[in-house]
Amino acid sequence: MKDFNYHSAKDSKEASKLASSSSAFLAGGMTTIPSMKLGLATYKDLIDIKNIKKLSGIKVSGKSVTIGAATKHVEVSNSKDVKKAIPSLSSLAEGIGDPQVRNRGTIGGSIANNDPSADYPSACIALNATIHTNERKIEAAKFFKGMFETALKKGELIEAIEFQIPEKSSYQKHPNPASRYAIVGVYVAKHKGDVNVAVTGAKSCVYNDKEMSKALSGNFSSSSIDGMDLDSSEMNTDMHASAEFRASLVVTQAKKAVDAC
Amino acid sequence: MGKISLEVNGKKVEKEASDNTLLSTFLREHLQLTGTHIGCDTSQCGACVVHVDGNSLKSCTALAADVNGSKVTTIEGLETNGKMHPMQEAFKKLHGLQCGFCTPGMVMSAVDLLQKNKKPSDTEIRDWLEGNICRCTGYQNIVAAVKEAATKM
Repeated sequence: MKDFNYHSAKDSKEASKLASSSSAFLAGGMTTIPSMKLGLATYKDLIDIKNIKKLSGIKVSGKSVTIGAATKHVEVSNSKDVKKAIPSLSSLAEGIGDPQVRNRGTIGGSIANNDPSADYPSACIALNATIHTNERKIEAAKFFKGMFETALKKGELIEAIEFQIPEKSSYQKHPNPASRYAIVGVYVAKHKGDVNVAVTGAKSCVYNDKEMSKALSGNFSSSSIDGMDLDSSEMNTDMHASAEFRASLVVTQAKKAVDAC
Repeated sequence: MGKISLEVNGKKVEKEASDNTLLSTFLREHLQLTGTHIGCDTSQCGACVVHVDGNSLKSCTALAADVNGSKVTTIEGLETNGKMHPMQEAFKKLHGLQCGFCTPGMVMSAVDLLQKNKKPSDTEIRDWLEGNICRCTGYQNIVAAVKEAATKM
């Protein structure tokens, strides 16, 4: 791994002041460090944000659950408050990677990286999340721009993610048996007015499946999406699954999620 | 370059290391604690698992600078006065290893499991060891060893 300068920021202000066009924020490092080791990414400066106290912690209000960006997956999966307010979010966190990854990896890191197969982006879309940064608030629907791309500007730091508590929800994934990344993951959330069906792993970026959302908003039963023939033309094909298989998996996982709600 | 201060297996250590030094490199090359193995070096295999402030992590995917000031326990730190840790005893007794390469990480991971769940079921053990790969595929006896250790710890 190429050398860089390590900095530990004490607050968001210092972190964004240290940021430049050749820097990255370091949270759990579960993607950043392997990418740097493989030479896929090089930075002059790594700015550690884990020690910024304000960025860790979970707050539950009547309508929402707000999770600090540097909160680890294990903290989300162990939180009684999250389990009570949005059980599907707690089980999503429990299914990420392995225990060692969950001991280090953070929710903010997962979202900022926006891996097309990551779990958390689907929760953001399904649960109408608001991403709080040190500069502004961004709706999840406008945050995830494309493969490994987000609306974040250089030096902009995620501080917290605010999830809307749904009436019912469930996240079901078909994991890659080695990495536990989603070959396909579907997060179904039923809110007062409508239903979101957020899909990860299937395309280059997480998305809300409009067709299924519409069908389920009309009749919240797995029978209303049974046998739905989704367009696979934009879906991923790799050694693990073809686009056609992914299209079929999206429906299967969505049905499972509805039945588990 | 920066100063890394850690408490490793109960002893305070302080060494200069470049900022890109991984914890696994720091343990193996700066402290000569070669019990921590590097298998895949891509945080999949778990041979490099150590404990930092009581929790298991993959030391090939953590910077030494990043855990500065922490308490680290490696496989070398499990024994007390020359006596093996119950987990090590159980791995020996039940032949929970074949080539032994993954064993330090397996043991460290399993010890962390029993810290958090004193009586895990077979499924819980297998789920927990998700991030530890045994290329000899000796999982049956590894799971049996963890269960045996649970009765002794």
